[in-house]
Amino acid sequence: MTEALLLKKAKILDAERIGRMIDRMAHEIAERQKDLAGLAFVGIRTRGVPLATRLADRLSDLVATPFPVGTLDITLYRDDLSTVAPQPLLKKTEIEFDLNERAVILCDDVLYTGRTIRAALDGVIDLGRPRAIRLAVLIDRGHREFPIEANYVGKSVPTAQREVIKVMFRETDGADEVWILERPGS
Amino acid sequence: MPVRHSITALRSKDLLGIEHLEPAEIELLLHTAESMRPIADRPIKKVPALRGRMVINLFFEPSTRTRFSFETAEKWLSADSLNFGGSRGTSVEKGETLLDTARTLQAMSPDLIVVRHSSPGVPHLLARHLHAGVINAGDGAHEHPTQALLDALTIRQRFGRFMGLKVVIAGDIAHSRVARSNVFLLTKMGAEVTVCGPPTLIPPRVEELGARATTDFDRAIDGAEVIMMLRMQLERQSRSLFPSTREYYARYGLTIARMERASPAAIVMHPGPMNRGVEIASEVADSPRSVILDQVANGVAVRMAVLYLLLAGRPWEGEREGA
Repeated sequence: MTEALLLKKAKILDAERIGRMIDRMAHEIAERQKDLAGLAFVGIRTRGVPLATRLADRLSDLVATPFPVGTLDITLYRDDLSTVAPQPLLKKTEIEFDLNERAVILCDDVLYTGRTIRAALDGVIDLGRPRAIRLAVLIDRGHREFPIEANYVGKSVPTAQREVIKVMFRETDGADEVWILERPGS
Repeated sequence: MPVRHSITALRSKDLLGIEHLEPAEIELLLHTAESMRPIADRPIKKVPALRGRMVINLFFEPSTRTRFSFETAEKWLSADSLNFGGSRGTSVEKGETLLDTARTLQAMSPDLIVVRHSSPGVPHLLARHLHAGVINAGDGAHEHPTQALLDALTIRQRFGRFMGLKVVIAGDIAHSRVARSNVFLLTKMGAEVTVCGPPTLIPPRVEELGARATTDFDRAIDGAEVIMMLRMQLERQSRSLFPSTREYYARYGLTIARMERASPAAIVMHPGPMNRGVEIASEVADSPRSVILDQVANGVAVRMAVLYLLLAGRPWEGEREGA
């Protein structure tokens, strides 16, 4: 998918809305995760990482405990390596803490087919044996191909398959925005 | 700011040498290898990237570390591999030609062939005739691209740059594919490379490759930041290319005293296997300056990167047109 070929259709979220959503998700995690002491956040590259960092920071503010944050690159676990073009650039997985017996909140920007999450689950369990893995996403856009659901969702956005959800974060894109884009001619 | 990479794939289905690689391809290989390195520190040293891919290791020449390194890389990436070791007890001993051997292997639909041979150009010949990708694991005195890449990775981990870096490659330059591939790579990336050895072991016209040449090791080593020692190929001594190992050590051995002339930050490299007391003093080989064991660890990461970049972005063998 070359982004330059996509048409901007509508901005559906701005920085303030995104901030409030992350705030709410952090509160939900505080309320629903039983054992916060062993909690850790793992962001899926690229835009799962700022979500993981912000959820961890917000939750730390709420309960006055720091939470470790790691970065997961799923390239080597993808099921479409022979068909995806251009070839994805492999980056480092950086998880500097022991995953064993921790509850891990896996974070990504958009939940779509579920294939990324399947790959990420394999990637995480190759690094250790967490007590539990939960999933937090900013946008759930439907069209699942695998039986995977998120535990914490910022917003569910019904979409058509020809549409593309573009999440932007300050850390990666210079601004907090969510857009619906569309492939031209479809 | 994250580093922007101009390319994410190699141009060729094969890695035959460094000579024809673009600097951007070298950067991509090193970046990918850097990302592969932490897999060695995991409890489960295996990722599924090359599941179902078949690699044939075709070693017509003896090799321990390169073959083990490739095999390790293949296993960690979940590829299936077959080993064809030398001519003993194989069809080669029964008189089969190289191309017939290769065609027979091709019929088994490997995705990639890793080949080492004593004749320069064998990997190139195979690459022209086979659908499978070909990695040159050393062809005669021609090239050994994965060795140069792992050396480059080791250098970059220590210095973070190549531009203007003062590198000395010392020893039997004339017979060394390691030296050739390293000269190609390091000069492409902007390092200042000097090759050094006895006059009989310096090939004519080496300057055309972009390196300076000298027979004076003490001068060469002045201010050097990277000192890469090559294995003295003792089996060549009978051909009187150098007088004796003792005289060789006196003039070209890397000793503690000689290290004093180098930059205080200098590192010492050796592709192995070492001849202690011939080209390198034990005290130097075992000193904190030595990065020889880093080279070995980086070898696996570099080979994983090459395998991944040649295979992961391409259709599997049966899917390819005309295969």
